[in-house]
Amino acid sequence: MTRMSSGPRTWLTSLALLAGVMAGPAHAVAQDKVVKIDGSSTVYPITEAVAEEFQSESKGSIKVTVGISGTGGGFKKFCRGELDISNASRPIKKEEIEECAKNGIEYIELPIAFDALTVVINKQNTWAANMTVAELKKLWEPEAQGKITKWNQINPAWPDAKIDLFGAGTDSGTFEYFTEAVVGKAKSSRGDYTASEDDNTLVKGVEGSRNALGYFGMAYYLTHKDKLAAVSVAWDKNKATKDPVAPNAENVINGSYAPLSRPLFIYVNKKSLETRPEVKQFAKFYLDNIKSLVEEVNYVPLPDEAYTAVRARFEKQQTGSVFGGEGAIGVKIEDILKRETK
Amino acid sequence: MHDLDRIIRRGRRNDRLFNVLGATLAVVCLTVLGVLVAQLLIAGIPRIDWQFLTSFPSRKAARAGALSAWVGSLLVMLITASTAIPLGIAAGIYLEEYARKNWFTNLIEINIANLAGVPSIIYGLMALGLLVYQFRLGQSILTAGLTLGFLILPVVIVATRESLRAIPQYMREAAYALGATRLQVVRHHLLPYSAGGIATGVIIAMSRAIGETAPLVTIGALTYIAFLPPAPFSPLPAGPDGASPGMYGPFAWIMSPFTVLPIQMFAWVSRPSSPGNDFAPNAAAAGVILIVFTLGLNAAAIFVRQRVRRRVKW
Repeated sequence: MTRMSSGPRTWLTSLALLAGVMAGPAHAVAQDKVVKIDGSSTVYPITEAVAEEFQSESKGSIKVTVGISGTGGGFKKFCRGELDISNASRPIKKEEIEECAKNGIEYIELPIAFDALTVVINKQNTWAANMTVAELKKLWEPEAQGKITKWNQINPAWPDAKIDLFGAGTDSGTFEYFTEAVVGKAKSSRGDYTASEDDNTLVKGVEGSRNALGYFGMAYYLTHKDKLAAVSVAWDKNKATKDPVAPNAENVINGSYAPLSRPLFIYVNKKSLETRPEVKQFAKFYLDNIKSLVEEVNYVPLPDEAYTAVRARFEKQQTGSVFGGEGAIGVKIEDILKRETK
Repeated sequence: MHDLDRIIRRGRRNDRLFNVLGATLAVVCLTVLGVLVAQLLIAGIPRIDWQFLTSFPSRKAARAGALSAWVGSLLVMLITASTAIPLGIAAGIYLEEYARKNWFTNLIEINIANLAGVPSIIYGLMALGLLVYQFRLGQSILTAGLTLGFLILPVVIVATRESLRAIPQYMREAAYALGATRLQVVRHHLLPYSAGGIATGVIIAMSRAIGETAPLVTIGALTYIAFLPPAPFSPLPAGPDGASPGMYGPFAWIMSPFTVLPIQMFAWVSRPSSPGNDFAPNAAAAGVILIVFTLGLNAAAIFVRQRVRRRVKW
């Protein structure tokens, strides 16, 4: 008898407890000021630096979280309305634009810095200091797999020695970008090379073999300059010059280091910006402090006039993407600015 | 006679050989483990200080710390332990002591055994679909704790059943003969006798859970997070009018975003380091904290086992 009466009561108590647990926090979270950011791991160090400075400035009254789901993963969440800001190492794609439109998500596209890829070789490599995009394509396209294995197969003047290849892991934005810029189709690459998401592994690999060639972000190359040599890249479609161009900040800004430099973006959710003052405050702080922080984390800042234009675009809350779903490879910063002012 | 001698001698020789082989392999295994741990300790211990334990992540390696990571790990494990352990033990007891043996319990049994071998990323995908999107629990400590709970549930169930099976049948029969009900048999006899074995299984499971990264990344654990989950009954942030809006509920922290030690460690290992801004010692230090957590759990298990062993005699 006692058991029968205690049963339902225990159930009711635990249900009430459960309801309390569910309802309580939802209420609390709504009151919390959290700016949610996710996306590209390439952009992550920049946003992390801004978030760190912002939080110390605002003395922790506004919270910022940053994840690294990748540019694609970030846009997926962004277009579902789960994020305030999406970090992106490429412009938003057509499918993503459509997905955002379907869910009524409007956004402001803000270029924040340059990223450049660097093709690196061993310090003792005396022959491949200059390469053309065509030569890189011959080496990296899927058809090269198992066939192009020696340096003299790319250029007869080069040694009859086996090439050790190192490159980005297939989930990274770097991989997507390099394949699109060099091979002509994103994610289209030979597979018989040492792939790693960890740039350290790539540096060590190229450092350890005289016949090695690899590629990764220029930020990483600049901090490991003493260990590796960089390849100057010539591109027959380059509007600035047909000569080999060295990977450095100047050449990235003046647009001549094509096609291996690209702009990086943040996409700000317009509704978050309008309805939540903390998001606006953070985005403003981002643009005000971006230049010095970009340099500190070893990326290439945009020219000053570009930042002025970007800030104007933010103030106007101009939505949409200037790329219309296309890529940004080989596009000069001046061109992006022109498109922005029209 | 001569033949018998030879057979015995050969038997002894093989015995000695196997002994040497076994000892060598054990030494090799322990050496590898020892070298790895020693390397981690050498790289990590100099980095561990008050600053490291009480600071948030930073772009400057010397200023960065593991506060949000170790608190996150601890809280996620708390949720995991408080869901998976009672559920697992209860399920184990039911299957072993109460359930009738038929095709249905057989099916459950096979499934539990198989679940113990499912890769952890699968649990992450399941949790993303079910907990994050279906139940709208968000990318929270609760979701993470439950995900790891699912992950270790089969291990806890299997360990519980094995420990119960190890109790001699006559213990149950003796208790029933004295008129004990099933619940009394479980509570007064079976649970105390099997506590040592269950504790060991639970700890192995928890040690596995604490090192998991993949399922947590899948459900959306963060990388940069510079605040702690709200403590129970701490004041809410003041509104725009400056009025005090009250305080957090006792369980508000379970809905908070989070990161955990293995993720923080990975972020530090994989990010570019430059001379004077080297993140490798940070990663090693986070590894040391993780090892300390795991050893702490193991110590707790050994303590429980020893205490129980002293009490139980049959």
